[in-house]
Amino acid sequence: MEVHGHFNYWIVVVLMMIGFYALIARGNLIKKIVGLNIFQASVFLLFISFGKVSGGSAPIIAEGIQAYSNPLPHVLILTAIVVGVATTALGLALVVRINEAYGTIEENEIAQMDSET
Amino acid sequence: MILAIDIALLVMLAVVGIAIIRLRNLFAVVMLSGIYSLLMASTFVLLDAVDVAFTEAAVGAGISTVLLLGVLTLTKSREKIPVTTPLLPLVTVVVTGALLIYGTWDLPAFGDPNAPAHRHVAPEYLAEATHETGAPNVVTAVLASYRGYDTLGEVTVIFTAGIGVLLLLSGSGVLRRREPEENDDKPGGAA
Repeated sequence: MEVHGHFNYWIVVVLMMIGFYALIARGNLIKKIVGLNIFQASVFLLFISFGKVSGGSAPIIAEGIQAYSNPLPHVLILTAIVVGVATTALGLALVVRINEAYGTIEENEIAQMDSET
Repeated sequence: MILAIDIALLVMLAVVGIAIIRLRNLFAVVMLSGIYSLLMASTFVLLDAVDVAFTEAAVGAGISTVLLLGVLTLTKSREKIPVTTPLLPLVTVVVTGALLIYGTWDLPAFGDPNAPAHRHVAPEYLAEATHETGAPNVVTAVLASYRGYDTLGEVTVIFTAGIGVLLLLSGSGVLRRREPEENDDKPGGAA
């Protein structure tokens, strides 16, 4: 596992930055929410990577197993996933309302309409 | 072998992420985000987090995709090409990413059994959970028993989000026309 070193963490950073980029550089509101989901999932991966123990098994107690991975990050992330989908639903409801009010989900067009009125 | 699968899955995750940014067709973006969640769930299985993998596959790849598709039918499924070049965001992202990678040098190596996170309270939970709660699965024991109030709080969050969605959509014509779709939020969230 030594070769591995920090590879997981680097991929987490790459995924996080992909989500961050979609969030700040893309004007489409649905794309922004997908970017937010990517960002969120990368944080989940970071926590689960912290919990992994080399040679360990899933934290379900059974005979004949010596080492288990750390169960505490798993519990935290279970909660976070469900809360994440709740925020996604709320964000998408906002997108639907914005589309009804402005007829577009592109950020720059919405800003233009706001400045005209 | 596990190492090879891990690296392959992680590289595929990064490729799917880049494809999501580059595609303009939002339907394809939504499908790819479902694939992203499924790859993430596979990685979780590999990292011994089976409960998290179940939830990610059901909630991330399932319900999120359904919600996004529902919103696509109500809005537009094509992203417009931006007028400005995204140079500033690119610089921001590269600098932030470089700083974060610099920060990973201090982290314990991946899978290190002597990392501080594994030496504090985790061994006690592993040793005591089964006879204290009767559940062989330590994740279930912590989630439903030791931190039951936390899970109750989580239900409150989902309830609040459900009310928020209903309030947001109740003023519009959407809810009357498409009632079954947005009602999907709450049973899924409670899972």
